[in-house]
Amino acid sequence: MSEHKLSHHEEEADDRALFGFWVYLMTDLLMFAVLFAVYAVLHGNTDGGETGRELFKLPLALTNTLILLTSSFTCGIAMIAARKGDKRQTLLWFGATFLLGLAFLALEIFEFYELIHEGHNLGSNAFLSSFFVLLGTHGLHITFGLLWIAVTLGYILKRGLNRHMVRKLTMLSLFWHFLDIVWIFIFTIVYLGAFV
Amino acid sequence: MKELLVGKLTWESLPHQWWTIAGTLSFVLLGVAVAVVLTYTKRWKWLWNDWLTSVDPKKIGIMYFIAGFGMLLRGGLDVLMMWLQQALSSGNSHGFLTAEHYQEIFTAHGNIMVFFVAMAFIFGLINYIVPLQIGARDLASPLMNTLGFWLFIGGIVMVNMFFVFGGEYAATGWLAVAPLSGKEFSPGAGVDYWVWSLMISGVGTTLGAINFIMTILKMRAPGMKLLKMPLFTWGSLCSMMMAVTVFPLLTATLFLVYFDRALGTHFFTTTGGGDPMMYTNLIWMWGHPEVYVLILPAFGVFSEVVSTFSRKPIASYKSAVVGMIGVSVLALSVWLHHFFTMGAGANVNAFFGLMTTIIAVPTSVLVFNWIATMYKGKIRFETPMLWFLGFVAIFAIGGISGVMLAIPPVDFQLHNSLFLVAHFHSTVIGGVLFGVFCAYSYWFPKFTGFRLNERIGRAAFWFWIAGFCLSFIPMYILGLMGASRRLDHYDASTGWQPLFILMFIGGLVIAVGVALQVAQILASFIEKKRLLDTTNGDPWNGRTLEWSTQSPPAFYNFTVIPHVSSVDAFWSMKKHGLKKPVYEDIHMPKNTAVGIYISLFATFASFAFVWDIVWLIVASIIAIIVTFVIRGFNEDSEYTLPAQKIQQLEEARAHKNSAHHTAINNDPHHDMSTWELVAYLYKFAIDFVKNKKWRRI
Repeated sequence: MSEHKLSHHEEEADDRALFGFWVYLMTDLLMFAVLFAVYAVLHGNTDGGETGRELFKLPLALTNTLILLTSSFTCGIAMIAARKGDKRQTLLWFGATFLLGLAFLALEIFEFYELIHEGHNLGSNAFLSSFFVLLGTHGLHITFGLLWIAVTLGYILKRGLNRHMVRKLTMLSLFWHFLDIVWIFIFTIVYLGAFV
Repeated sequence: MKELLVGKLTWESLPHQWWTIAGTLSFVLLGVAVAVVLTYTKRWKWLWNDWLTSVDPKKIGIMYFIAGFGMLLRGGLDVLMMWLQQALSSGNSHGFLTAEHYQEIFTAHGNIMVFFVAMAFIFGLINYIVPLQIGARDLASPLMNTLGFWLFIGGIVMVNMFFVFGGEYAATGWLAVAPLSGKEFSPGAGVDYWVWSLMISGVGTTLGAINFIMTILKMRAPGMKLLKMPLFTWGSLCSMMMAVTVFPLLTATLFLVYFDRALGTHFFTTTGGGDPMMYTNLIWMWGHPEVYVLILPAFGVFSEVVSTFSRKPIASYKSAVVGMIGVSVLALSVWLHHFFTMGAGANVNAFFGLMTTIIAVPTSVLVFNWIATMYKGKIRFETPMLWFLGFVAIFAIGGISGVMLAIPPVDFQLHNSLFLVAHFHSTVIGGVLFGVFCAYSYWFPKFTGFRLNERIGRAAFWFWIAGFCLSFIPMYILGLMGASRRLDHYDASTGWQPLFILMFIGGLVIAVGVALQVAQILASFIEKKRLLDTTNGDPWNGRTLEWSTQSPPAFYNFTVIPHVSSVDAFWSMKKHGLKKPVYEDIHMPKNTAVGIYISLFATFASFAFVWDIVWLIVASIIAIIVTFVIRGFNEDSEYTLPAQKIQQLEEARAHKNSAHHTAINNDPHHDMSTWELVAYLYKFAIDFVKNKKWRRI
């Protein structure tokens, strides 16, 4: 088997894997679609409790949005570096993405904590149920994304930036941008929507 | 402390009713029997290495079939119990089941038949046949395939787990309608078992569907454009496209049901601003397309069979493809016809009623297409063709009653009646199950290298058809007379009892049909030397690529990937002469047990979710993540099979075949009859015991 044929085989495998990952992302998006639809139906059902307009803090949500958008940007730069095969820059920019993601998660947990502390929790009413589950699902995805970044970076440190790693990083970056897009919808529909 | 260790489990959760004790005992006995046989014949390693950890889609396909058939018997037992109850429980008699138990049985029946029988058969077929039809050696992601399969097995475990722990299954109907499925009205573990068995098998389905889409779209043989794909592959592609569209909806909805039950959220509750009607919408947005996920591959099967057995190409290939795509697109916009009576308003009902009626158009295009294919064809009436003809008859009845139900004013009369039950059984049994039986009798020679016993096969078909008519025609009539579905008792003055008794008798006739199918397999294996396929893997004079391989195909499917130039690729290859193969190296995936491990942990996690065992939830999820990380970064999942080795394998095989292919009397008229089989088995058993044959195994 010549080197040429082997790399062709690998290229095909990369192509398939990426395509499959896209299809997976679409299925995940459909799960979010359900949660958005549920939120759209239930957001007014506060059962006499406070509405989003009274509960949400826009500056906090905006800060979170900016953090996540920036993390998408650093993730993009990291991918450029990865395609060039620049291991140091890849680690650096993915590291930055990780930290921004962590900051986002921390702020979100803080927001949840405050709400729950004031007595607004999952079981309070249908509006809050759908709010917490929609944002919680996104937060859980971010958590998995962070875990994924951490593990991948560990492997890159150990094994270097080979072809397999670049394929995995490509999927990882797709996942990260996908979460960013979902968040933009959350910001628009949940937060801005509450103040329209 | 106890709470921490075992959650909500108590001593009372262990089996104590007659059915849970019987269920648990039969599982234990089955397990012991399998273990004894495996140990005695020293086959544990063989089972693990050759089957359980295999990533070969052909083997996974067969495992799907075996699991599905086991579940068919399990779900069939449920039916017989239900029909016996209905036959007995009139007037002063209340039958042998309590109302609660009866409700659990019809819920389990629905779940098992849809998720673990129909889906199993469909996935088994797609696994085995699609790679062969498109000229691929494997699936795009072998790992995802075994993972999907084992998650499906995890679902089977969870749906039967209540026999051992808890003793109750959901008593809510197969879609666990809200708010009945909420904690308030169903406090036991039954609904949780329902949620988690569907959850893990549903995730398995999504993974499988993604994989097949990747495979079909990216791995076709050179020259096979989309419009040159065999119709079974087209049906599978449409079906899998729909599966990836709707199964995420199911997963999300199941999570919401679980949150309502476990975390006290208010999605589908009657209090706190919840909306039970939203549940009905969400679940049917998945539920309706789901039946088309099942039927589209069956449509594909019929297209293949009718063309092969009429010895003609399909009448209009393009209109068949358009028909399939039309069905799948329209199927996404008809779900509301399941609840016209919920009160969405006349306009909404009118829209969905219209869409439902329109879906009959592409479906009829397909049916007419098949009929036109038979027109002026040289038809052979072997069992696959019989199943096809049986399908046309029964599916037409199901389709017409479906169009009746699609008219909202009619539906208001027939909603929740036995007429509806008879309608969807006509489509699901007549369409999906007959499709599967048709497929299995058609491709059996490909699976094993010998054909099925024709005589017993025909008998099985006739018992099925007669039994079906005996049970479902009375059901239509009962529905029109006002009998509602899920009825465990009725007044004697209704005069329904004779019809219910007829239904039960029909059920017994179907059971005989199933028994004959088992007998057919036995008889075929006993006579396998005589039934040997001497045609080099092409017993039906087939048209598509799977028939160009040996039977059963080598684990790498094709020694040389074929070039495709027309729709009936193998047909034109036969006409133009086959080329002599030039061997080259092949990349194959290594076997892996990762799917088994992950699914094992997922099953543990599901069990822990049902019983609130927090430590087990956390431990299982961590175990799943760790397994994923270890596997995800394993770069050594393939191996290369050198060309020389392939040549050796192929030559050895050709040699073996030529030794077998002496004159064999392959005439179906000489096939073993049922009575001959019984006599044979009797003699065999006597011989086995008397001469202590087990010592020689």
